[in-house]
Amino acid sequence: MTQDLNTLTETASQTAGPYVHIGCIPSFAGLKGIYAEDLGLSPISDGAKGQIITITGSVYDGTGWAMRDAMIESWQPDAAGLFAGQDGADPAVNGFCRFAADKDTGEFTLRTVKPGKTPMRGGGFQAPHISVWIVARGINIGLSTRIYFDDEDNSDDPLLSRIEQRPRVDTLLAKKTGDGAYRFDIRLQGAGETVFLDL
Amino acid sequence: MTDPATDLGPLIPRNRAVHPVPYDPGYKTSMTRSPNLPLLSMESTPSEETGPRFGHGLLAELDNNLILNWTKGKAAAVGERILVHGRVLDENNRPVPHTLVEVWQANAGGRYRHIKDTYFAPLDPNFGGCGRTITDEQGYYEFLTIRPGAYPWPNRANDWRPSHIHFSVFGHSFGQRLISQLYFQGDPLIDMCPIAATVKDRGQLDQLVAPLDMTKARPMDFLAYKFDIVLRGRRQTMFENRPEGM
Repeated sequence: MTQDLNTLTETASQTAGPYVHIGCIPSFAGLKGIYAEDLGLSPISDGAKGQIITITGSVYDGTGWAMRDAMIESWQPDAAGLFAGQDGADPAVNGFCRFAADKDTGEFTLRTVKPGKTPMRGGGFQAPHISVWIVARGINIGLSTRIYFDDEDNSDDPLLSRIEQRPRVDTLLAKKTGDGAYRFDIRLQGAGETVFLDL
Repeated sequence: MTDPATDLGPLIPRNRAVHPVPYDPGYKTSMTRSPNLPLLSMESTPSEETGPRFGHGLLAELDNNLILNWTKGKAAAVGERILVHGRVLDENNRPVPHTLVEVWQANAGGRYRHIKDTYFAPLDPNFGGCGRTITDEQGYYEFLTIRPGAYPWPNRANDWRPSHIHFSVFGHSFGQRLISQLYFQGDPLIDMCPIAATVKDRGQLDQLVAPLDMTKARPMDFLAYKFDIVLRGRRQTMFENRPEGM
C-alpha cells in the first residue's frame, strides 16, 4: 500500500449528439427567445483592431460527406497576440465564437480578426492561429485542431514543426481565396485527414 | 505570459484511456467520424491554457430552471420534478469557480424541441429543454428540471437511449472544454446503450451516473440527484519556469 494521491480522474466525455444546438445554439434548433441571445455569436465587436477576415469551410466525414450537424467553437487572441483578459488586450476582441455547419449545405463561416503570433512559455513564438474544437453526433470526444494561415510565416511554429509527414501541415492552413477571405476544410477521416491535436 | 507569479503551469496531459474510444462499431455514426491517424501530442500552450470567461451578468433569473424557463414562469413543464446539483472540480481536487455549465435534454416523453427530432412523442408546450448556470466560489451548481424520458434512436434495429441530460462545461482554459452526459441511478437502459458503452472503463461510466440524493430532495416538491464533474487540472510545481532538463 502507498499513500493516496488525492487526485481525481477527469469526467469521461460523451458525444454531444444530434441535438447539441438546443443547449449551445438554441436559436439554431428553433428555440428562439429562451436566452436574450445565443452564446458566442461573434469573437469580435465593432472597432476590433486588425484585419477582419472571413473563414469558410466544411467538416467532412470519412465518406467525404459534408456534415450538417457539426458544432464548432473557436478561441483566439487579438491582432497583437493577446488573449481576452490579458493586460493590454483589445477590448473589442473576446476571442470566442460558436458556429454550426449549415443544416442544408454543411458549410460554416467564421468572421473574426486575424490573430497575432503568441509567445510560448520559455521563449519563442507560435505563428498566428485560431484554436478550434469540433463536436457532433458520432464524435465521442471533442476534436481539437488549429487554423493557421497560408499567407503567414509558419516556419518557426513549434506545433507545425512537430508534424513528421510535411504534406499534412497543409491540412492546418487556411487558404487565401480573396481579400480577407479564407477557406478551411476539416476532414475527420481518410484521405487528407486533418491533423487533430492532444494538447 | 510566463510571469512566474501568474503562470499556473501547463495543463495535465489528457489520459485518453478514461474517455470513450473514438471509433466504436456499436455506435455506427462514430465509424466515419473518428480520425484514423494518431493525434499530435504536445505540451499545452497559451492557446489551450487561456479560455473564454463568462460573468454572472450573462444569466437571467430562470436560466437554471428548465421547468419554467421556456414559458418565462407562466406554466410548468410536465414530468417528474428533479433538482440536479453538484460541483465542478479539477484533477487536483480543487473547485472550479465561476465557470459556465450548460445543459440540454429531451422532455418527459423523450422528445427534443429540435427541428431534426421527428419522434412521435409529443412536444410539451411548456418545456424548452435547455438551461445554464455558473458555478459559485466553491464550484457548486444546481438546476431544476424534469427527468427526461427514454427514446428510440436509429442505430441498430431497436436501440433506446437511457434517460440522460447533456452537459457542457468550460473551465478556465479552452483545453479543459468538456461535453458529456449525465445518466440516472438504476436505469436498466444504461447497460444496453451503445453510446454509454463507448466508455470502456466501467468505473468511468459509473462516474456518469447520478445517484438519488434525498438530502437535497424537497418534500412534496422535487427529488434530487447529485452529479460532480471533473475537468483537467494544471501542473503546478515550483519548477515550471525552468527550461526543460535544467
